[in-house]
Amino acid sequence: MHDFRLALAQIRPALGDLDRNLALHLDYIERAAADGADVVVFPEQSLTGYFLSDLVPDVALPRDDARLDPLREASRKLDVIFGFVEETTDHRFLPAAGYLHDGEFVHVHHKVYLVTYGLFDEARDLAGGGAVRAFDSRFGRKSMLICEDLWHPTTASIAAADGADVIYGLSSSPGRGVAGGSNELGSAETWRAMNRLYATLHVCYVVHCNRVGFEDGVNFWGGSEVVGPDGEVLVRAPDFDEALVFATLTDAPLRRQRTRLPLRRDENVTLNGLEFARIAAQRHRLDDG
Amino acid sequence: MTVEVSLRERARRGLDLDAGLTCRVLEAFIREELEKFGIQRAVIALSGGIDSAVSCALAARAFGPERVLAVLMPYRTSNPASRADAETLVDQLGIPSRVIEISAAVDGLLGELDEDPSPLRRGNIMARARMIALYDQSEAFGGLVVGTSNKTELLLGYGTQFGDMASAVNPIGDLYKAQVRALAEALEIPRAIREKAPSADLWVGQSDEDELGFDYETADQALYLLIDEMYAAEDLIADGFEAGLVHDLQRRVVRSQFKRRLPLIAKLSNRTIDRDFRYPRDWGR
Repeated sequence: MHDFRLALAQIRPALGDLDRNLALHLDYIERAAADGADVVVFPEQSLTGYFLSDLVPDVALPRDDARLDPLREASRKLDVIFGFVEETTDHRFLPAAGYLHDGEFVHVHHKVYLVTYGLFDEARDLAGGGAVRAFDSRFGRKSMLICEDLWHPTTASIAAADGADVIYGLSSSPGRGVAGGSNELGSAETWRAMNRLYATLHVCYVVHCNRVGFEDGVNFWGGSEVVGPDGEVLVRAPDFDEALVFATLTDAPLRRQRTRLPLRRDENVTLNGLEFARIAAQRHRLDDG
Repeated sequence: MTVEVSLRERARRGLDLDAGLTCRVLEAFIREELEKFGIQRAVIALSGGIDSAVSCALAARAFGPERVLAVLMPYRTSNPASRADAETLVDQLGIPSRVIEISAAVDGLLGELDEDPSPLRRGNIMARARMIALYDQSEAFGGLVVGTSNKTELLLGYGTQFGDMASAVNPIGDLYKAQVRALAEALEIPRAIREKAPSADLWVGQSDEDELGFDYETADQALYLLIDEMYAAEDLIADGFEAGLVHDLQRRVVRSQFKRRLPLIAKLSNRTIDRDFRYPRDWGR
């Protein structure tokens, strides 16, 4: 991996207001660039807001839409990872994470696991993606996942097996759980445990960028962080407040930790593939009755 | 080996509150959700009870005391101690307040009735008279109404629809009574308010717990287990909760569901409000 300086833009997007959010992105990008960042990452649906319901078709846009031109232009200064809702040519709307460099999309990830339980109702309004990939950027191999994707540990496993040195997790995570004793929200506690676990077991960097603010009474708790391959937190943004924080991600800790703990080398991808294929085939037969 | 924890203990732990963290979320909630409407002022019906005291204290923290109006609306039979407690809190928080007697309005309405209405009807009329005065003050003060109904009351339906349940935003609606108490302590609400028996004060000597027929502590624990932890009634009864009480609580929750929802709209079109026409309330904010 090539060393690079990362900025985490922990923003408070306005619900359903593309223009306002675009201006917010450009402001943070400007500040990140001024501080020497090579890459800036924004949260899930950073361009649209989260609890959209029937607003989805109003804010969804195809990736070649001219309204994204200012972001494309900004990505000539530094790489930009942001969240939006992508409309396909056949008019499906998919939660997306885009990686822009030098005016072009290097990769787009579509949220695979839509959340439709509890306070979430994504599958009513959105379509899910069908792929988890690592991709090559100018700083090495990365992967992007969106919020609920990370509640399925297999997505991080695929990303790591596909060679990602950095897993970017873009979130709009609602804060809940205020029981005494831990000094943090229940949802924050779980996320921090997941980030640390993925970084440690996949021996990679995990970047979790979460938003702040409120939508219809629901708070988003922020607390964006970068966890290194040894499970150590490199930087953490404050809870609840907007912030722009920086971390330098270097190759040396990856080499050192993978030498000490060669989990990645020993991962039996063939076994995983064969066993999952067997299970999928069995389930398919069961589904067929 | 099993480390088994009784459900009651589980409920105690679950209801235990990180008050500092909760205050932080709730202050931001009031500030941000009102600011989206271009408003930085709050209006609150202050009864002298613990719930409205907590809402007032949170709003005062969110906007600064001068931007929060406490409206005291006694009826002629209201307990004078309630008003005294409310005034103590007003002084402590340094918030502006206004007293609007509802006796004339309520008695005027009651005088139009031939029959002698039941205490419940009288209570509902008082609660709705207060709502009218409060929403008028909302307009006059340029602030939104911040609600004072806690989760226990809302689940039990122990409130008057379009009366004390009416508000623009409610910071304490996801907190059980015991959690409101914990928050009140952290917010340094006067001891007299925190320690008196809860009462809607709609008639002389009224007590919530006498009227409901159970104590809030047990109700909080049972509701927490049933609603938040999704245990079955049988699980609670097996753990020692009294069967009659558990079933009574369940009945109250079901019976009062209508109070927690908008009025039903007869569906005719393909896009009915709140059924298929679903936009966030913060639409365009």
